[in-house]
Amino acid sequence: MSTKEQKERIELLQGTLDLLILRTLILGPTHGHAIAKAIEFNSDEVLQVEQGSLYPALHRLIKREWISVEEGTSENNRRAKFYRLTAKGRRQLKLETSKWDKLAGAIARILRPAEQEGKS
Amino acid sequence: MNRRKRMMDDLEHDIRDHIEIETRDNIARGMPPDDARYAALRKFGNVTRVQEETREVWSFVWLEQLLQDIRFGLRMLRKSPGFTAVAILTLALGIGANTAIFSLVNGVLLNPLPFPEPARLVTVDASKPNFPQGSISYPNFQDWHRTNQSFSFFAVSRATGYLLTGAGDADELNAAVVTSDFFPMLGVKPVLGRWFNPSEDEIGASNVVAISTALWKRKFGSAPDVIGRGITLDGKGYVIVAVFPGHFNLPNSTFDSVDIYAPLGEFANSALRNRGAGLGIHGIARLKPGVTIEQARADMEHVTHDLAEIYPDVDKGIGATLTPLKESMVGEVRPFLLLLLGAVGLVLLIACVNVANLLLVRATGRVREVALRSALGASKGRLVRQMLTESILLAIAGGALGLTLARAGTHAALAALPATLPRASEVGIDARVVWCTVLLSVCAGIFFGLVPAMRSARRSVHETLKEGGRGAIGSRRRTQGVLVAVQMAMALVLLAGAGLLIRSLAGLWTVNPGFNPDNIYTFNLALPPQMMTAPAAAIRAALRNFDAGIAATPGVEAESLTWGAVPMNGEDDTTFWIDGQPRPASDNERNWALNYIVGPDYLKAMRIPLLAGRFFSNRDDEHSQRVAVVDEVLARKYFPDGDAIGKAIHVGNRDDSYEIVGIIGHVKQWGLDVDDQNSLRAQAYFAFMQMDDSTMALVPSNTEAIVRAAGNIAGFMDSIRRTNDRISKDEVITQVQTMHEIIESSLASQRFAMMLLGAFAAVALVLAGIGLYGVIAYVVGQRTNEIGIRMALGAQRGTVLRWVLWQGTQLALAGVAVGLLAAAALTRLLAKLSLLFNVSAMDPLTFAAVAGVLLLVATAACWIPARRAARVDPMVALRYE
Repeated sequence: MSTKEQKERIELLQGTLDLLILRTLILGPTHGHAIAKAIEFNSDEVLQVEQGSLYPALHRLIKREWISVEEGTSENNRRAKFYRLTAKGRRQLKLETSKWDKLAGAIARILRPAEQEGKS
Repeated sequence: MNRRKRMMDDLEHDIRDHIEIETRDNIARGMPPDDARYAALRKFGNVTRVQEETREVWSFVWLEQLLQDIRFGLRMLRKSPGFTAVAILTLALGIGANTAIFSLVNGVLLNPLPFPEPARLVTVDASKPNFPQGSISYPNFQDWHRTNQSFSFFAVSRATGYLLTGAGDADELNAAVVTSDFFPMLGVKPVLGRWFNPSEDEIGASNVVAISTALWKRKFGSAPDVIGRGITLDGKGYVIVAVFPGHFNLPNSTFDSVDIYAPLGEFANSALRNRGAGLGIHGIARLKPGVTIEQARADMEHVTHDLAEIYPDVDKGIGATLTPLKESMVGEVRPFLLLLLGAVGLVLLIACVNVANLLLVRATGRVREVALRSALGASKGRLVRQMLTESILLAIAGGALGLTLARAGTHAALAALPATLPRASEVGIDARVVWCTVLLSVCAGIFFGLVPAMRSARRSVHETLKEGGRGAIGSRRRTQGVLVAVQMAMALVLLAGAGLLIRSLAGLWTVNPGFNPDNIYTFNLALPPQMMTAPAAAIRAALRNFDAGIAATPGVEAESLTWGAVPMNGEDDTTFWIDGQPRPASDNERNWALNYIVGPDYLKAMRIPLLAGRFFSNRDDEHSQRVAVVDEVLARKYFPDGDAIGKAIHVGNRDDSYEIVGIIGHVKQWGLDVDDQNSLRAQAYFAFMQMDDSTMALVPSNTEAIVRAAGNIAGFMDSIRRTNDRISKDEVITQVQTMHEIIESSLASQRFAMMLLGAFAAVALVLAGIGLYGVIAYVVGQRTNEIGIRMALGAQRGTVLRWVLWQGTQLALAGVAVGLLAAAALTRLLAKLSLLFNVSAMDPLTFAAVAGVLLLVATAACWIPARRAARVDPMVALRYE
């Protein structure tokens, strides 16, 4: 279980999970549990993914042909499904990331205009 | 579907793994195993919801895309309302016609008969020389019923009529006398009262009747206490024991409107006890469970064989004919309906080809759109699917409109064609018809949409850009040309079929029926009820009174009572042997003749030519020497030496003989077309007043009469009815028909076929014309530029006009050539269905005429675009691009 306080966790925005999965897979084919762990780990466990909700998202990405699925062997030598980023998914990740950056920047400017002005 | 299942299996596997790994991680962190698993499950969340969500991902892929395609398709169709309207109307015509004909096929051929386990019902008739489905004598029926091993129920019935008196106005009612198995066999339960008892099958055993719900309502106000009440029929008292629900559709069409059912044993006729009598009694039976019709046939063969041993004089040569009930009701019209279905299918094909051509033309305007979408990543399959969705949308809209058209059309067609189609009342739009229309629409949509869609999708972006949006027009035109030629060919096939039928019918109208049908009226006459039980002398007096009254009515040229056969309207036959030759051992080894019992003015009324001797006079009555008149066929066949007059014949089982006093012309009893092919053509006439007393006793309840008017007189039958009312208020005239109506209804199936095929051919011709016009107009539009250049270079307007016309005529000629070949193969079906008369299935005149008509229409269709081309102003055309 997470060691962080419940309050500090942030619910994922709709569609953001997709982006995180794509980002995680850029490092190479990964199986479901590892993806969940990676997202948790990389966000210092701030982002709370209910692990199960990962799977519909994965299937949605397969449907859109942004990721593909293949057979593989997991760390403990078991057969498992590995998810791999496709070329289309890579393009999509790039697109989504830049979109996200713009959005995050815009929101940041709105929320902290003084700081921004102070900096410039 | 498969993919979805695979993905769901994968998911299950994944989830199991996931929770296992998480559990193990937790244990590694020091949790006790149970807590570790519980924590893993909690962290994972609701497994079922995850599965549901994932399933949703896979369920709606195609549906989402479909909805997208439909929305897009609707938008595209709205953007070109002209194209959409023409396409939908064309398809509505094609699909509607198919739905209408299919609803006939469905109601008549496919739907089971409205009785429990209808497949076990068979009709049973007596097979005799000349009549494979003849009448069963009552004694034979009783033996067949008693000794057969195959039927769980076996009933016979006979159509008859009663005069109802004492309940308002006198009313002539259609009736049927039936044996006790009749209703239980059909599974028809009385609304009130009971079935008939077997004891009531005995001759003269009872005076009970059952009435129809219609009569119950009409005459008894649906009174619940009608059971046990009295009813007076033909002047005799009966007790009502049951009310039966309305109309049965049985082979004997008179059941359609029967108001009175009585036990057959009630039928007051001494001939009922005669084993050799033919009284119009026919049977229906229900096979025992597990008994096949072949087994039943073999069984009945035994039964009839045994009877022939016991009664060799009357039962030798008598067999039983078993036919599935449905077969005997609709067997005759099956090939005919299937032919219509084929013809109407061609109309739909033509409509589809027309729409396909429209789509091809339209695709030109959409080249850029398609290129753009494919550049944006739409796969070819996706593009084809999108365009097919559009065409299926068109087809479904057309189908919906067609269904409405079909409903109206079927009603109109059935109303216009009384009594020619069995089970017509069961025809309607039911679920199967609707589903068939939906299926047909979707198939049509795919059929006419696939070629244009594939063509559009095949073109790559690269090509489109390279050719500046004009490429591949040459090959598209070729596709269109082929389609139009195919259309022309199909239209020609239908035209040829319709043309042959029109020629046949025209030929039939010129056939001499052997009499002059102009101004002849036929009707049924029922004498007042008290005559039903009167002695023969009184009946003869009443009939003479009737004859005299009618003859004195102004405008009447000649009148005759008739009994027995009526040309083209009712058959009756008799056996005879020639005086001086040994009496044949059994009835069935005797000679057969059609049997006409008529008055002295019959010849004058019918205008049949007298060839030799004399016809009957008033002196040929019950007291004088019995005489007969024969037709030329009988005279030639049985008296080849030409010495018929003065010879005598023995008729039926009577001992005395009839002297032949005259020979008259042959009448086409069996119809204008098939009379020559019938095996029974010899005709014998007997004098009405010389009828046996026992037969005369049957006359008052119902006899026929014919009257010739002295011209086309308005209100002629009204004056006949007034005369009749003056003779007696209780004397009833029913079922008035002109002789022309009778002849027309004998040609009803040919007319039905001609009207429908003609209508289909006309629709096909119009559609094919529109198709050709569309293609040629398109060619001219595409080539305006080229035409302008040619004209600028000195081409004459006439040359341009001829060039465009030639473009169209080429296609039409190709279509005609293919069509003639196809027609030659297919019109043979018409001959097979004996719809053709005196015209060969490959009649060169008809074929030449329809080819001419088609070419004419083709030329007309090309004329408008050709003139437009010839009027092209070179300057404008060159600026056009």
